[in-house]
Amino acid sequence: MSQDYGFISDWIKADSKVLDLGCGDGALLLQLQQKHNILGYGLEIDPQSISQCIANGVNVIEQDLNKGLTNFADGSFDTVVMTQALQAMRYPHLVLDEMLRIGSECIITFPNFGYWGTRAYLNFRGRMPVTKQLAYQWYDTPNIHFFTYADFEALCRERNIDILHRRTMAEHFPDKQLKSLWPNLFTQTAVYHLSRK
Amino acid sequence: MSSESTSKDSIGIVKTQSVHINQPLKLACGVVLPEHKLVYETYGELNAQRSNGILLCHALSGDHHAAGFHEGDSRPGWWEHYVGPGKAIDSDKFFIVSVNNIGSCFGSTGPMSINPETGERWGGSFPSLRARDWVESQRLLMEYLNIDCWAAIIGGSLGGMQAMRWSLEHPDKVLNAVVIASSMKLTAQNIAFNEIARRAIKSDPDFCDGNYLQQGKAPLRGLALARMIGHVTYLSDELMGQKFGRELRIGDLVDRNADPVEFQVESYLNYQGDKFSDSFDANSYILITKMLDYFDLSREYDNDPIKAFSHSKCNFLVISFSSDWRFAPERSREITDALLAANRPVSYTEIESDKGHDAFLLPNVRYEDALGGYLSRVATQLQGGAQ
Repeated sequence: MSQDYGFISDWIKADSKVLDLGCGDGALLLQLQQKHNILGYGLEIDPQSISQCIANGVNVIEQDLNKGLTNFADGSFDTVVMTQALQAMRYPHLVLDEMLRIGSECIITFPNFGYWGTRAYLNFRGRMPVTKQLAYQWYDTPNIHFFTYADFEALCRERNIDILHRRTMAEHFPDKQLKSLWPNLFTQTAVYHLSRK
Repeated sequence: MSSESTSKDSIGIVKTQSVHINQPLKLACGVVLPEHKLVYETYGELNAQRSNGILLCHALSGDHHAAGFHEGDSRPGWWEHYVGPGKAIDSDKFFIVSVNNIGSCFGSTGPMSINPETGERWGGSFPSLRARDWVESQRLLMEYLNIDCWAAIIGGSLGGMQAMRWSLEHPDKVLNAVVIASSMKLTAQNIAFNEIARRAIKSDPDFCDGNYLQQGKAPLRGLALARMIGHVTYLSDELMGQKFGRELRIGDLVDRNADPVEFQVESYLNYQGDKFSDSFDANSYILITKMLDYFDLSREYDNDPIKAFSHSKCNFLVISFSSDWRFAPERSREITDALLAANRPVSYTEIESDKGHDAFLLPNVRYEDALGGYLSRVATQLQGGAQ
């Protein structure tokens, strides 16, 4: 996770206003505050994470993303970030629309279900993949939408979303070397920097 | 920060202090109080930089006795769960000031005081008050205590309104505002409950048009009724169900020949009402409920809360309670959204609780974590600034 923060950090402008959807303990916002002097807010519903944010000096708002973001005005943020949570949203495409309405730009990271390891798990074991990134059983997983790098690219095309940057991430050899050739097969985590065309 | 909140040490025996503020206080209604008395308590030590002051703002029926025990008294202050050594509002780290506000009835200048112009008690003729008048009087106390800037101002309900007003009136004199179970203005329903309470008081024949003190009377029944109404609105249906259900205190509903029955909840409410009317002044109750009704944070900012909060400079922590229907979570969300839109640093949390509006006074681990975590960071920052 710390690695994708690196990319994210590069795409955030100094002194900008950042909204982090599902901010966890606020580590990313804290890093951006220290590095880029941003005005950051995180949305979170987990009580423990909220307490951690507050104690860490990160602005956190208790709000359920699935209940909408209508309280945020159009273009009220420079960047809206969502790390590893899109797959847990009830309607990911609508969340994406909302992110691009509220922010001039948005940054999304998600686990690529097209990763060869995940494919192999389903193919050979015949069971829904339980991996380090998707560490739940099918019946108790918060990740209710599984999608791939290629699926996300298609969604961006359909919804007229401009991909400013994309980064692919993988942990091991040979994935690291091959992910640029076959991103859908060798990317474990995809990181997108988007704006509305 | 654990569930052991109640087992933590009390600040122990505390003493009430008082001060005569000799500077004139011009009230929002135009009346000038040439001088006024404030009673207050302090917990903890003011640091050498005089930077660790926290102001506690009480609500409708609160007083200056927030924590610890008065000599010979077995009941602690109203915020004992949260104020004291090692507690969320930590007297080991902060110099905590808790003041009884003017218009109230616990020793500070109010309807029970003598009006110097007439030599008689003010009674019902005490001038109308606004939250800003409390803020101004608290500022004079701050000056007397030689504090330039509060590390935090904290208050629940009407107390939160004062904290917000402070942030707009004196943005350079407060670093953090903690607004708990509060609202930027009362709803019609809320004003309605207050008017029912006032009507109950005024309907008591002993009210004597507000001049009961001069006639050696007190509208105890009316005030008790007012409190009973208020008390019900401060609890949740769920909590009352758990606490009392349909339990009977006296009688038997099966035996139809038995004496009249009394439900536990009736007995409880009557007790609460009588206890309150023995300790509170009816004119103060009328005065302060009106202050609540009149409060509207953004009235003078074109009714625009975003514009209002753009005058503030402090950090905010906003807290609400899920079962609070008198100051519902939606009201706190409105505060939070306005702060967000005004680009002000704010954190907001809705604490799960079945205790209604009163939850802000009662033990709750999440609430304690949020408040304690926030303030310990404030304390760390103060130390950082001192190095």
